[in-house]
Amino acid sequence: MLRLIGQRLGLGLLTLVAASVLIFAGTEVLPGDLASAILQNTATPESLAELRQELGLNRPAAVRYFDWASHAVVGEFGRSLASHREVVVEIAPRLRNTLFLASYAAIVAVPLAVGLGLMAAIWQGGVYDRAVNFATLLTISVPEYLVGYILIKYFSVRLGWFPSLANVTPDTPLLSRIWLTFLPMLTLVLVVIAHMMRMTRASVLQIMSSPYIEMAFLKGLPKWRVVIRHAFPNAVAPIISVVALDLAYLIVGVVVVEVVFVYPGLGQLMVDAVSKHDVPVVQACGLIFAAAFILLNMAADVLAILSNPRLRHPR
Amino acid sequence: MNGRRMGEEVLEVAGLRVVARGVGTVLVDDVGFALRRGEVVGLIGESGAGKSTVGLAILGYTRPGCAIEGGRILFQGRDIRAMTPPERRALRGASIAYIAQSAAASFNPAMTLFEQISEIPVRHRLMTPAAAKVEAIRLFSELELPDPERFGDRYPHQVSGGQLQRAMAAMAMAAKPDILVFDEPTTALDVTTQVEVLAAFRNLIREHGTAAVYITHDLAVVAQIADHIMVLRHGRTVEHGTADQILREPREPYTRHLVAERLAPHRYRADIVGGEPPLLELQDVVASYHTLPRVIDGVTLDVRRGDTVAVVGESGSGKSTLARVITGLLPREAGAIRFRGETLPPRLRERSRDQLRRVQMIYQMPDVALNSCQTLYEIIGRPVRFYFGRPRAQVRARVRELLALMDLPADFIDRTPPELSGGQKQRVGIARALAAEPDLIICDEVTSALDQLVGEEILGLLRRLQDELGVAYLFITHDLGTVKRIANKVAVMLKGRLVAAGDTARVFAPPLHPYTELLLASVPEMRRDWLDEALVGRQRTVAAVRNAQIELAQ
Amino acid sequence: MTVPVRLFGHRLTLPALIGLIIILVNVAAAVGAPVIAPFDQADIVGDAYADPDPQHVLGLDNLGRDLFSRLVYGARMSIGLALIITCLSFGLGVTAGFAAAVLRGWADVLLSRLVDLLLSMPTLIFAFVVLSVLGTALPVLVVTIAVLDAPKVFRLSRALAMNIGALEYVEVARLRGEGLWWVIRHEILPNAAAPLLAEFGLRFSFAFLFIAALSFLGIGVQPPAADWGSMVRDYRDMINLDAMAPLYPAGAIAILTIGVSFVVDWMLAIHARGQGEGA
Repeated sequence: MLRLIGQRLGLGLLTLVAASVLIFAGTEVLPGDLASAILQNTATPESLAELRQELGLNRPAAVRYFDWASHAVVGEFGRSLASHREVVVEIAPRLRNTLFLASYAAIVAVPLAVGLGLMAAIWQGGVYDRAVNFATLLTISVPEYLVGYILIKYFSVRLGWFPSLANVTPDTPLLSRIWLTFLPMLTLVLVVIAHMMRMTRASVLQIMSSPYIEMAFLKGLPKWRVVIRHAFPNAVAPIISVVALDLAYLIVGVVVVEVVFVYPGLGQLMVDAVSKHDVPVVQACGLIFAAAFILLNMAADVLAILSNPRLRHPR
Repeated sequence: MNGRRMGEEVLEVAGLRVVARGVGTVLVDDVGFALRRGEVVGLIGESGAGKSTVGLAILGYTRPGCAIEGGRILFQGRDIRAMTPPERRALRGASIAYIAQSAAASFNPAMTLFEQISEIPVRHRLMTPAAAKVEAIRLFSELELPDPERFGDRYPHQVSGGQLQRAMAAMAMAAKPDILVFDEPTTALDVTTQVEVLAAFRNLIREHGTAAVYITHDLAVVAQIADHIMVLRHGRTVEHGTADQILREPREPYTRHLVAERLAPHRYRADIVGGEPPLLELQDVVASYHTLPRVIDGVTLDVRRGDTVAVVGESGSGKSTLARVITGLLPREAGAIRFRGETLPPRLRERSRDQLRRVQMIYQMPDVALNSCQTLYEIIGRPVRFYFGRPRAQVRARVRELLALMDLPADFIDRTPPELSGGQKQRVGIARALAAEPDLIICDEVTSALDQLVGEEILGLLRRLQDELGVAYLFITHDLGTVKRIANKVAVMLKGRLVAAGDTARVFAPPLHPYTELLLASVPEMRRDWLDEALVGRQRTVAAVRNAQIELAQ
Repeated sequence: MTVPVRLFGHRLTLPALIGLIIILVNVAAAVGAPVIAPFDQADIVGDAYADPDPQHVLGLDNLGRDLFSRLVYGARMSIGLALIITCLSFGLGVTAGFAAAVLRGWADVLLSRLVDLLLSMPTLIFAFVVLSVLGTALPVLVVTIAVLDAPKVFRLSRALAMNIGALEYVEVARLRGEGLWWVIRHEILPNAAAPLLAEFGLRFSFAFLFIAALSFLGIGVQPPAADWGSMVRDYRDMINLDAMAPLYPAGAIAILTIGVSFVVDWMLAIHARGQGEGA
């Protein structure tokens, strides 16, 4: 089993390296290079050549990748083309903000979704289950901005309970931070909860329909014991992987939510950088998002291996 | 025995009616029987007869979506239907225990065997955990499980199928229940394993004087263990009597049919006169799936025109792989395969259209062997068009002809497989094979997915077609009963090698190869004393097989 | 919950019927935009922020353009783009998926690894990286999204072809000596059609939401052209005036997606039932 986990960790690392290559390749090898991206319509052959020289674009792509990657490992992403500040300085406070918002949403969403999903599974076919099923079917594909603007319209503009702009600064105290980011958090929770809940329900139901659960009932065990002792240990692995996958999705959802609430996070920074063709910032943000996504997926697999009795107790 | 009187009535079922809600299908209707202490009632029937539904209803349980709508289930005089849920729970496991068909699926993969076995007595507050453990170890040794002291520390996936099935019996006996419900407990096992598990079950019931309900589709199995037999069909009782009466003097036509098919006299086909060269010759054929040990190891075999050659073996013996090697789906690694005197290329792609046409196949599962998007005209007509290039009208006429030959109605021609029953689908599979006008048909377990009577009909049809068309069969099966009835030659496979081959009468007559002897001695017969006889000298045979295997390996 | 309307020989469920109506209405709006919309999408027809009146059922936007007309024209852009993207990603994914399943060997390994890699990255983030260099011209958007989405189609079609290819009726055809194309056309495709059609619906939803999200973020469809996503962006400040304007296009996006998912659910349920009968 240790070998399996080792393999999975190795694969994760490999994927991360490959992702960094893709991110680099995405900005470098495609037609139109960094220099023409910066200069846009004002480009003349001379100015292009000059800028290429300045940025070191005349070196082979492989050399530039290793240069970029070796610096990226120690957190050096170069200077922003737009603000000319160190990319790290731009990113650091924003990364903190994004991590805060994502964790805030995860802490609320995960227990809520798993709990509601378990309840739907226990009362399968009942009124609660059907209501929840219909509600999640409706909300599962609703875009973040619709949820966000509805929440702003009613809770901010009409009722005035929460601010519509989540403008936090580094010295905002925790409590007011929680209040300021309440609507963005709620938006993320609402968007991610439907899928997480449906999948939790589905994995528990799949386990509940297996012969060993019927056997447990035929042994005369009460329902609570069947669910907790017999079903739950087997449902943990699939639920964990669902949660991790949805958290990975949440990271992407953060981008849109940050723009809706004008929240100074990494997502908004990246979107701005994309419109300004600020490639070093885009690369750095992309690498961070990709790393988080890959890590969560890897964590899901490792936890699933750890909770599988067949792998934990080999023959 | 704990002051319990033998012969006292412990269970009475009367007018039981179970329906599937929503669709409203009646699964079981008006079924009733009584069970006394120390007695075993056998419930027998085909799939869909409602046997398992009755078995579960005895525990007051129905599968999701089903409900007990009528009748009484009296356990020691108290109606289980009238009990409160906690009262019913107190009964399950403690007084009435259940043994499921697939132990592998019915044990929780995340718990050790001890945890699961002691759960019943401990949760019902009948024993302390320590006492339950002692009792489990005692049951393990009684059921002859290896290393009883530590057997229970293992997880279900760490023990073999036969052991797991016995562990399930130990779990059922853990709280010394009054009634055991066995639901097809040996169906998933290989035939040689089945005998041992069956004997273990019988001893358990006898030692403890427990009453039992034994559910199976195999009359010969139930003959070994039951005092009374009840025959079910379409959820209703067909016949109910003592085991002797049902086996010797069945009254109802359906029961007579079931008994007669199993007692049908062995009709070895007369040996086909030699002279002309064999149709199919296999010489020292070797095959494997990439790096694994050889799945087929030095097989030599002849099939002549008009032959029915049975290849028998247990799961994993390589018998189905042999079919794949002959057809070229799995290229052989060494050896030769000759068909009508000419060598067949190892690979499917290298064979000529005529070579392909002359060898056809029929499969175990008619559901996946027929494309459900096509009509029978397309399914059966395609080989006619493909091999003989006939115009559309002639193809249609030929398909009608083949349908008639299969005893299928002519208007089936435009239907699709989902509209057909299992037996009808299998007939379509045969018609498709015959459409190519082959010399040899390979039949891969063609009856094992079908109910007994339907399977017998298919066998009868195959025999008739052979008489009419002279086609040869290579019959791959695990069922020695079938072999004895239809094959004139037999090849016995063990771990990829042939241990015996030749005329059926000779292979199945002394001197027997130890493995053939073990297989033959493991096929239940419809005599009530068969199991006792089968157990005599079994140890010696098993030891001989082990030696033979060691010899083979060298 | 079925209704007495049949499609492909199966009874529709109520949600499926609703979904179908939603899709038809949207497609009609997209196709007949010039006929349905009372004004052109760029015409300034009155005062900015004017309230709804009988001629302008949803009112006017921040520049005094008719909201309803813009919504109708937006359907054209949103649905048209999503459809082109889906067709492109489907063509790529199905071809590569079937080829990998049939050819096996190194071609399969290579394609599968590449797809694993692409799927191990968040699509939106990777799109950002590419668009930051290539800009946001429509063909760039279409090709980028299609290429990023094709791996999902590849996975499904490869698995479908593999699973069906392992069934015995396909083995029968191979044993008969049928050619590869005959097997794919007659044995595999008819059985893969239902799940592929459902997948087409899912992929359409994805492409539709994706392009809308990019437009909303300002890196998708650029003015003066407008799809629903960029309309949400244009009108987002009006939310502080308690106006409905940004909610109309956002709601239209949600409704169409829900409609498609209702129909997809119905198709998948039919397929699952068909499988159940077969097994």
